[in-house]
Amino acid sequence: MSSEHIYKQYDAELENVRAKVLEMGGLVEQQIRDAMQALVESNPTLAQTVVKKDHQVNALEVQIDEDCGHIIARRQPAAGDLRMILMMIKTITDLERIGDEAAKIARFAMSIHEANRAWSTKFSDVKAMSLITQTMLRMALDAFARSDETKVQEIAAMDEKVDDQYQASIRQMITFMLEDPRTISMTLEVLFVAKAIERIGDHAKNISEYVVYMVKGKDVRHTNMDEIDN
Amino acid sequence: MMNTTTAIKAESRNLDFFYSNGHRALKSINMPLYENKITALIGPSGCGKSTFLRCFNRMHDLYPGNKYQGQIIMHPDNTNILEAGVDPIEVRMRISMVFQKPNPFPKTIFENVAYGLRVRDEKNKRTIADKVEEALKGAALWNEVKDRLNDLAFNLSGGQQQRLCIARALATDPEIMLFDEPTSALDPIATANIEELMSGLKEKLTILVVTHNMQQAARVSDYTAYMYLGELMEYGDTDTIFTRPTRKETEDYITGKFG
Repeated sequence: MSSEHIYKQYDAELENVRAKVLEMGGLVEQQIRDAMQALVESNPTLAQTVVKKDHQVNALEVQIDEDCGHIIARRQPAAGDLRMILMMIKTITDLERIGDEAAKIARFAMSIHEANRAWSTKFSDVKAMSLITQTMLRMALDAFARSDETKVQEIAAMDEKVDDQYQASIRQMITFMLEDPRTISMTLEVLFVAKAIERIGDHAKNISEYVVYMVKGKDVRHTNMDEIDN
Repeated sequence: MMNTTTAIKAESRNLDFFYSNGHRALKSINMPLYENKITALIGPSGCGKSTFLRCFNRMHDLYPGNKYQGQIIMHPDNTNILEAGVDPIEVRMRISMVFQKPNPFPKTIFENVAYGLRVRDEKNKRTIADKVEEALKGAALWNEVKDRLNDLAFNLSGGQQQRLCIARALATDPEIMLFDEPTSALDPIATANIEELMSGLKEKLTILVVTHNMQQAARVSDYTAYMYLGELMEYGDTDTIFTRPTRKETEDYITGKFG
């Protein structure tokens, strides 16, 4: 995808959408960071900001979808260009959902603060999990920016780790709840946050798979990672 | 999707072609034409796609000094249509051609379509009339001209003239039909009519089409061949060529990039 189109304007249009997808990715990354910080530090103002900013994420999704529609209608993209457009349309759906998960975490942060039962020690596990998914997302977005399809296996391996941690934390939470039923509502909140973080990992993995499709034309969704030969 | 059970109707084997000035316009082309499928030839001007197409009905024989090397084998009889002993007129009965600009003869609509039959020495008026009707129906033109078969062909619109040329080509029951940029002189509606017609025709015959319009190749063809400087750069089923071509040259061409 190094050489340029004869139609310079076409290059500009593609680059413009690509930049918007990366902008949306950056925004979503910030949303997760802020949501987690709001949760761990029990900061309702920051949580409020995250919830408010979610509409920016949604607006970008709508705008990028529209831009892609225009390019399809006017340029009839083929081959690598077509794959990039298809990939971006799918990527922004995942990014938008990540945005929703971040807003969800922020809302939990708010309600936990209101109920005045900050339970930060229990969030240390989910915080570690969240750091991994944030790394996954950054790697997936970098892979997109650089058209680098080689990161998919590494990201998939990280996703498995996150899934394991999520399962482990469920077991741990069950133990808490069995030991002391008064912790049930708190524990459930932690569990919901853990679930949101786990989902973010899934979305990041999806994006890394779309990158493979974009670069190589190979659909690696629902494929065992061992079967992917770079 | 690639259908591996499809029979090969014709294939070029190590086909080279030299124009009388010594220019080697085709370089060892090996390519199949699958039966009842549409194969599109794409590539920039001067890449040899029209030269290749014209080999199939020995058009180059019309100019002295042109030279073929290699073979074009027609199945199922395994005839090499380039062989010296093969009569070009007979080849053109089996493999007919439709050109870029509609080129009806200065005759009536009826006589245009009947022409090939008369060349074949068909004398029976009933047979000729039936064949003309069948060919005009096959070219989706019958309903528009059935009441004016004795009008001059030039009175038809461009799109109708092109369909008349298709009817003329159909009248001799060809096995393969060659289209050399068949719609580049037509408006979008007439283009759509021709493309729709081609998709219907492939039930009966095999089609090879040269087109400058990439979207046309993507719309109508089952297989696509990309040619460049006399070479077959890439050949494959159309879905693959337009979504994930193997070669960078193909990718650059179909996405409109600098080579």
